[in-house]
Amino acid sequence: MPKHLISIHDYSREEILDTLKLAKEFEKNPSRPIFKGKVIASIFFEPSTRTRLSFETAANRLGARVIGFSDAGNTSVTKGESLKDTIKMVSNYADLIVMRHPLEGSARYASEVSSVPVINAGDGANQHPTQTMLDLYSILKTQGKLENLKINIVGDLKYGRTVHSLIQAMSHFSPSFTFISPDELRLPQEYRDFLTTHSITFNESKNLNQGVNEADIIYMTRVQKERFSDPIDYERVKNVYSLNRSMLTSCKENMKILHPLPRVNEIDTDVDNSEHAYYFNQAENGVYTRMAIISALLGVTEL
Amino acid sequence: MEKQLKVSAIKDGTVLDHIPSDQVFRVIDILGLDNIPNQITFGINLESKLLGKKGIIKISDRYFESADINRIALVAPMAKINIIHDFEVVEKRVLNVPGTINGIVKCMNPICITNHQPVETLFTTLDSQPNVRLLCHYCEKITDKDNLKIISNRR
Ligand SMILES: [Zn+2]
Repeated sequence: MPKHLISIHDYSREEILDTLKLAKEFEKNPSRPIFKGKVIASIFFEPSTRTRLSFETAANRLGARVIGFSDAGNTSVTKGESLKDTIKMVSNYADLIVMRHPLEGSARYASEVSSVPVINAGDGANQHPTQTMLDLYSILKTQGKLENLKINIVGDLKYGRTVHSLIQAMSHFSPSFTFISPDELRLPQEYRDFLTTHSITFNESKNLNQGVNEADIIYMTRVQKERFSDPIDYERVKNVYSLNRSMLTSCKENMKILHPLPRVNEIDTDVDNSEHAYYFNQAENGVYTRMAIISALLGVTEL
Repeated sequence: MEKQLKVSAIKDGTVLDHIPSDQVFRVIDILGLDNIPNQITFGINLESKLLGKKGIIKISDRYFESADINRIALVAPMAKINIIHDFEVVEKRVLNVPGTINGIVKCMNPICITNHQPVETLFTTLDSQPNVRLLCHYCEKITDKDNLKIISNRR
């Protein structure tokens, strides 16, 4: 296994599958204090309550102690300490570092100066590999396989890092994609090239109903207001890309809807009670996958 | 007609010819020529059929590894490298953009860690012809020819 988890493409197909297998073991029995006496540093240079709580829950369920900060506001960082110095200090105290930082590439750099494993909990809009791992786990769990699935991805395909990482990760498993977005938020050329190079079929549409009845997974993302220069464009897009129950009457039985949360109104609340809604369970899966990632990086790959 | 050298010949060493005039000081910087004891002569705005105006740098008693000299390919892709022994050209080299580039280039992503902390940039060359495209090792964004900014080589 790699020493750190910085980008999802650091992990091979086999390493992804091994991690998901381990996550499944943790889901069967989440209380596994196998790292009593270990210290995990959770250092968040920008706040992200959802991600931090998931990591800290995972660390606690593994029996490890957690140190760190949830916001750089009161730390030596605001006094101008370099990231290198902070990481050098923290890696003297902890056995593993979970880091979130607003600058892109900060996690890669941290892994190069740290003497202990580093997990990237988000570096700007670049990578958030543990989110991708939990998305994969959710797909595997609901579909029983990762291979040959039809996946619709909807919303902000231009800036959405979860979308880009999911595309990279799923490329190991011969998926076929339908990308649904307004023109302004279309999947960037580099990712379309990536798919072509990997011989992965995809089509693009502006219509939310496109391929809904054939999809195994519908992956919804948040469309953020700040992506639009004209607020009227945002309103138009926001209202068009909202999934509701009436659209799901003829979809496949196994179809599940995922969303990295928080949502705005991409999914109508009338979908929440549908058997196709999976986004709340998806978040819970994050704890098991993060337990698996932490374990593997601390050298325990089998239970 | 007598051909006269505007920049005097050297006995032994390396001649970097056909450098764009406005890139001569960058080449000096990238190769760290301002920090070596060797005799160096250079010319700027010399006539050139190829470039209109060109620059030339002659360094006595100094030879470069390909990996080092290729670092100037980003600013002087048409440069010709002549190795001189006893006033004769004994070897001509052409430049290739290296597969990886450390330092020299600034990442165009304003929120890349390399633009905020003392981290040396590192790129993988995705394309070198006709337009350079470099992938940042840190932020994973692409810096292309139109946004290529050279940074000083001093560590
Ligand atoms: Zn960068």
